[in-house]
Amino acid sequence: MTSTQSPPTQDGVRPTKDVESPRPGRRPRTRVADKGASRLFRWTATGAGALILVLLVAVAAFLVLRALPALTTPAAELTEEVSWMGEATSLLDFVGPLIFGTILAAALALVIATPIALGIALFTSHYAPRRLASGLGYLVDLLAAIPSVVYGLWGGLVLAPMVKPIWAWLNEYLGFIPFFAGTVSPTARVLMTVGLVLAVMILPIITAVSREVFLQTPRLHEEAALALGATRWEMIRVAVLPFARSGIVSAAMLGLGRALGETMAVLMILSPGFLYSFKLLEAGQQQTIAANIAAQFPEANPLGVSALIATGLALFVITLVVNMAARAIVARRKDFSGAN
Amino acid sequence: MAQRIDVKDLNIFYGEFKAVADVEMSVEPRSVTAFIGPSGCGKSTFLRTLNRMHEVIPGAHVQGSVAMDGVDLYGSDIDPVAVRRQVGMVFQRPNPFPTMSIAENVLAGIKLNNKRISKSDADDVVEQSLRHANLWNEVKDRLNRPGSGLSGGQQQRLCIARAIAVKPQVLLMDEPCSALDPISTLAIEDLIAELKSDYTIVIVTHNMQQAARVSDRTAFFNLAATGEPGRLVEIDETSTIFSSPRVQATEDYISGRFG
Repeated sequence: MTSTQSPPTQDGVRPTKDVESPRPGRRPRTRVADKGASRLFRWTATGAGALILVLLVAVAAFLVLRALPALTTPAAELTEEVSWMGEATSLLDFVGPLIFGTILAAALALVIATPIALGIALFTSHYAPRRLASGLGYLVDLLAAIPSVVYGLWGGLVLAPMVKPIWAWLNEYLGFIPFFAGTVSPTARVLMTVGLVLAVMILPIITAVSREVFLQTPRLHEEAALALGATRWEMIRVAVLPFARSGIVSAAMLGLGRALGETMAVLMILSPGFLYSFKLLEAGQQQTIAANIAAQFPEANPLGVSALIATGLALFVITLVVNMAARAIVARRKDFSGAN
Repeated sequence: MAQRIDVKDLNIFYGEFKAVADVEMSVEPRSVTAFIGPSGCGKSTFLRTLNRMHEVIPGAHVQGSVAMDGVDLYGSDIDPVAVRRQVGMVFQRPNPFPTMSIAENVLAGIKLNNKRISKSDADDVVEQSLRHANLWNEVKDRLNRPGSGLSGGQQQRLCIARAIAVKPQVLLMDEPCSALDPISTLAIEDLIAELKSDYTIVIVTHNMQQAARVSDRTAFFNLAATGEPGRLVEIDETSTIFSSPRVQATEDYISGRFG
């Protein structure tokens, strides 16, 4: 086709202006409309997007640069200089149990919090009368406003004594499960208690995000299920949950991110240890990266600080990996997401 | 399988607002009954009371009775879920479940009804329902692909297949062709003509030619003014409604003088 004077087609309609087909994967550039406020907005939005990348790179660069001294110092010298590395023979040997403890604590919190959060979200979005629902939603949001120091105090002073008999019971009757094995700590300042407090802390974010997603379920799909003779729960199972799947994963990941990085509450409750141990009820078994940094930082020498930052780098990488894994899970059944 | 429906003194409300007043009609088994009328006259609202879908909207309720073969659907001991399992519904816009494959969509109703079904039985139901919905030849090679990948007309026929897979007594259609092109519309109309040998069909349509083409009986709904409840003006044989209606308003509407 030529762009000059194309002949009319059969039904007398001139073919529309000959447009160069845009290369696949590239957005066609619009020059005409892109003026004034429109251009300003475009650059502001692009700038905001780029800022995220810049911040991320800056954080990563900071972590790598400051961790470099510890990473390059020979292991023998490092363990000699840094007193609190204890019996660890190298940096890797030291950070391993910390990574393990961090993931275990966060996973524990996620396992406890997710079902409860989904229950609250479903109740407020699909079961509760409107007035009760908004009140309840407000209360859950309030949980997010409590400072983590307060959670730490409450966890150590109130919750720990309260749950002690429960932990003892779990240990006595379910002790054959590795998680509940070992000697129960008399103070209950153990990872199980930490997991419980972290669960309360991440409850609001998971609840709020999944509630919003549940409320966005298309009315059409809900009615399709109801018209087939679905009960309310069946309607939720067939229409709401599949639609909300990726949103639930995102919500859980946001919660997990917060649990991975939580510092004060862990620091104030947990009696730490540096073992690869699944014993959730025994004292002096695990420690998390963030709490360890907070605990050691005030008395660390320069090389010690560098070693702590190296553990922070490990935490950064874990969080990235967790988020990427979550995205992969969401993308796996993309065809069926209803986005097409 | 097909059953008759008798509606007596039915008043339909959204909260305090009376949307439809004093409907009295009978729907014959194994026939197609069309509801026509201007927008807002309550024909879709009335249709949704026939399978108790009306009441899923908060505050919505009815007075009066809708009897299916003598059993009042609004009796105190009747579970709305059970009603909906006997009265299938097809919506204005095609709404296959996006997270399910074509085959899973067809089986959705059966799975809900908690029937354990063997693989071979399930395959039979899928094939029969899709054949019944005139969709089998187009999708038989991609039963495991998502239903949302089909064209609008195919999706709507998939929804019909899903509705008839549970072998309902009655099939309600709420403007099933309003989002479709003329060719898909024709396919659905042909399908309605075939389905009426097995089902009692009630269809709401804005398209009067469609009502004239597919239905045996036609009901005309109208409302006096905005804010007033809609009313059933008359119901009669389709040929009578379109040639010599008893009420002047009906004639005005079908001849295009208003609405």
